[in-house]
Amino acid sequence: MSGLIGKKVGMTSIFDELGRSIAVSVIEVDPCAITQIKTEETDGYNAVQLSAFDKKASKVTKAVAGHFDKAGVEPKKVTVEFRDFIPEGFELGDELTIDDVFNVGDRVDVVGTSKGSGFTGVMKRHNFRGVGGQTHGQKNQERRGGSIGQASDPSRVFKGMKMPGRAGNQRAKVQNLSIAKIYGDSNLVLVTGGIPGANGGYVEIHNKSQSVS
Amino acid sequence: MDKLKLIEQTVIRDDLPKINPGDTINVHYRVREGDKERIQQYVGTVINERGSGANKTITVRKMSGSVGVERIFPLYSPFIAKIEIRKEGRVRRSKLFYLRERRGKAARIREKDKVNTPKA
Repeated sequence: MSGLIGKKVGMTSIFDELGRSIAVSVIEVDPCAITQIKTEETDGYNAVQLSAFDKKASKVTKAVAGHFDKAGVEPKKVTVEFRDFIPEGFELGDELTIDDVFNVGDRVDVVGTSKGSGFTGVMKRHNFRGVGGQTHGQKNQERRGGSIGQASDPSRVFKGMKMPGRAGNQRAKVQNLSIAKIYGDSNLVLVTGGIPGANGGYVEIHNKSQSVS
Repeated sequence: MDKLKLIEQTVIRDDLPKINPGDTINVHYRVREGDKERIQQYVGTVINERGSGANKTITVRKMSGSVGVERIFPLYSPFIAKIEIRKEGRVRRSKLFYLRERRGKAARIREKDKVNTPKA
């Protein structure tokens, strides 16, 4: 599985070759340095660890600084491991750019941290339908979740019951987007549709994980 | 936000005139029929512009017989071959939705006073 690290810039729209307007998310992909290569023999599985977006050397602990020194790169803010990704012809410390990994038209998944919505009710958090009406004795409860269980038989609420609480600010993945355009000089890539998180948030671009019918 | 602007610059066209609400414009719109392409002209009054950057659209209203027709054009769409300004209107608001309730003489828009407005 190949991938890269990027930063969400924002959304806009472009016109494709047929003249249709398509909504795109703009992702800034910093050249990703290879900071570790894991192999079957040494680690039990194959993976590549990529790091992107420079960080001040003074903000890094000595342990982490040592790790980056080993690869011979500047300390970075974001580090992500991509399993079973073997970039051909690249070695420890080399930098991967967008053109090395993705082409226009590729299907990708984008992983990011979704926007936090704070403490929210069940309709927004779990897509409950609410009560559904305002008559027949419903009062002050249009957006409530309803019953959370049975009576004295279990005599408790089952674990994992969907209830109100903090929503968002979680790792979220949007699948099966496609790469609309690549601007190699300015390190920007346009992906069709929306991606998780606020502008300025860090995202991972993976190649498509599964076929979506 | 500069990087977003960079992308929008590639979409935004500079061959179109500056359009304001109240203007009467003629939109030359490319229509595809099968594999043939022809240009359709649509003349009307701009009653709304919304969005910014690459997402900007204009709403153009015209009377077709006694029926009002409104079309929303993405301003930078490649289907727009040309836009010519027929008349510049003098209006005092940016959304001219009040025109929908008016017919005939009441729906007129005063033309911009070209003599007294300094040339830009």
